[in-house]
Amino acid sequence: MATGRGAAAEACVGQVVLPGDVLLLPAHPDEDGERLRLGAGVAPRGRLLCGPGLRRCVAGLLVTKCGLLRHRPAGDGAAAGGAYWVDSQQKRYVPVKGDHVIGIVTAKAGDLFKLDVGGSEQASLSYLAFEGATKRNRPNVQVGDLIYGQFLVANKDMEPEMVCIDSSGRSSGMGIIGQDGFLFKVSLGLIRKLLAPKCEIIQELSQLYPFELVLGMNGRIWVKAKTVQQTLIIVNILEACEYMTAEQRKQALAKLSGN
Amino acid sequence: MKATPLSNCERRFLLRAIEERKRLDGRQCYDYRNVRISFGADYGCCIVELGKTRVLAQVSCELVPPKPNRPTEGILFFNLELSPMAAPGFEPGRQSELLVKLNRLIERCLRNSKCVDTESLCIIAGEKVWQIRLDLHLLNHDGNIIDAASIAGIVALCHFRRPDVSVQGEEVTVYTPEERDPVPLSIHHMPVCVSFAFFQQGTYLLVDPSECEERVMDGLLVIAMNKHREICTIQSSGGIMLVKDQVLRCSKITAVKVAEITELIQKALENDQKVRKEGGKFGFAESIPNQKITAFKIERAAIDTNNVEEQAEEIIAKADPPSEVFAKPILHTPGTAQIGEGIENSWGDLEESEREEAAEEEGEIEAAAFECQKMETEDTSTMSETKKDEPIVLSDSEEEEVIILEPQEVPKKTRTQTNSKQENTSKKAFNKRRKKKRAAY
Repeated sequence: MATGRGAAAEACVGQVVLPGDVLLLPAHPDEDGERLRLGAGVAPRGRLLCGPGLRRCVAGLLVTKCGLLRHRPAGDGAAAGGAYWVDSQQKRYVPVKGDHVIGIVTAKAGDLFKLDVGGSEQASLSYLAFEGATKRNRPNVQVGDLIYGQFLVANKDMEPEMVCIDSSGRSSGMGIIGQDGFLFKVSLGLIRKLLAPKCEIIQELSQLYPFELVLGMNGRIWVKAKTVQQTLIIVNILEACEYMTAEQRKQALAKLSGN
Repeated sequence: MKATPLSNCERRFLLRAIEERKRLDGRQCYDYRNVRISFGADYGCCIVELGKTRVLAQVSCELVPPKPNRPTEGILFFNLELSPMAAPGFEPGRQSELLVKLNRLIERCLRNSKCVDTESLCIIAGEKVWQIRLDLHLLNHDGNIIDAASIAGIVALCHFRRPDVSVQGEEVTVYTPEERDPVPLSIHHMPVCVSFAFFQQGTYLLVDPSECEERVMDGLLVIAMNKHREICTIQSSGGIMLVKDQVLRCSKITAVKVAEITELIQKALENDQKVRKEGGKFGFAESIPNQKITAFKIERAAIDTNNVEEQAEEIIAKADPPSEVFAKPILHTPGTAQIGEGIENSWGDLEESEREEAAEEEGEIEAAAFECQKMETEDTSTMSETKKDEPIVLSDSEEEEVIILEPQEVPKKTRTQTNSKQENTSKKAFNKRRKKKRAAY
């Protein structure tokens, strides 16, 4: 197993970690379940979120993917005690519960649609999982259509299931993607970069022409602009953004807007 | 693994783009992707990259008894494999239709065209001949496997060296590479396949289809040709109806493409030969990581051209304005006119031509940017300088007399001089010809 002692988690934030590294969390003596603290003491600390690429082990956190270690300090919400995760790069998608992805319909089997999401298995989508769908009012889905939905069930033991509505029954942007436009594939890291709040790339592109964009966490992007030429330009820029520095991107966009 | 299905949205978009004559990577309808050829350390090993499609070729040889019905010929064996790393749909050991089709095409292209001289592979008739084996592996599939594979095959065959053999009576001595230099195969010509994809029942045609274009195409036409414009193989698949002039047009395009590709192959082979002879480093370890491939087409890189306009304007402002030339046509006979006068023949007197060249060089060293206009303004200013010094001779040919022909035949002289539409017509035309002689650019 892990040889030697690991490094402190705070020290490794922003550095490259490799699978097998052990990250030590600061020890908290008051987490001892045996003793009760009386009086108005320290409020119970929130749970530390162990994000993708990390796993809990005896000593602390065990790294399972290579990449940069990131940390978000304690705040409100799900990760009340802070969160650690590993930013890694890959092209092959593994379904994760709650992820919004773009799927391609491959088969219609009675009440179920089978979608290809780029994982090892095809996901299933019930025809009732659309907003306003009833047994009489079925959604108009053909083989080869694009669907934007999220995973309801996604683990390694079961076939993944997708839905196009959220918990309150509203579609909130999910459903069948329109007929025009173009679909292409990029790496997962680029998608995460594009989905970050206030992404520079998207802001700069929106200065060029108006366009519609759907980003799937499985690496698929759907773009639609007014003409074929504009769509192609956006596709090529997004694909090239993977390897361009910010400087080169600004130059390329300046050249395009100059034309 | 199953291949990713093609969505309706992608199919529709690709067909619409093709109707508007647009391709995903910005190529024109008849453009090829970049071809890169790199050689390995062994003779007969090469990797060909056609855009992102990569094929690895390896040639090897062995001494075997010949086929009974062809006792004086060597044996050629071709094998193409679709590696699972090329595309998710390829599985090892599965004999797919695509694999059979590609193998058959490679065989027809390389074996039936008789590009390799099999008689020269015979050592003892009926007993010992060379068996040459060509293995092609597809490393990455981004469309148009057959073109990349045919280029890789012929390059590997040309690059390969077999051990030297001598026969004394019944005794055959095979020399190791250390004893005697290995000998290349005897290749008559280089057949190269060119693929054409048809869309909308033959209305639209694309050369060198990429993977998504191959998925939406109606039919495929493959023509294998060598640089002598001889068709080695022609195959049409997909069941589309092709009209005669479409096939003729495709064969003309093929001739152009094959000429370019053959030139590239020759250059790559020469470069590799040179590197090996000079004792430099060769092989994949050298060529692939540093992008120093022996026959390298540099990708277009984005340059910052924001300052060039200002620089150019500066230089144009500083340069002398070109001297005014009045275009007065001189009418020799009805139907034969001459505008402008040629400058002096630079082949006649060496001293004068050296002076002119020195004046031109001075002009060039002053300039910083490389814009055509600027060059020509500089040249014309130096030209006008020399014009004042020496007397101008009308003819730039070596003949003493200039014979003006009757109106029925248009003499060549007037055609070249009325060519350009700019100010200094004849000077510019002559400039351009003179520039070609200088290898400075």
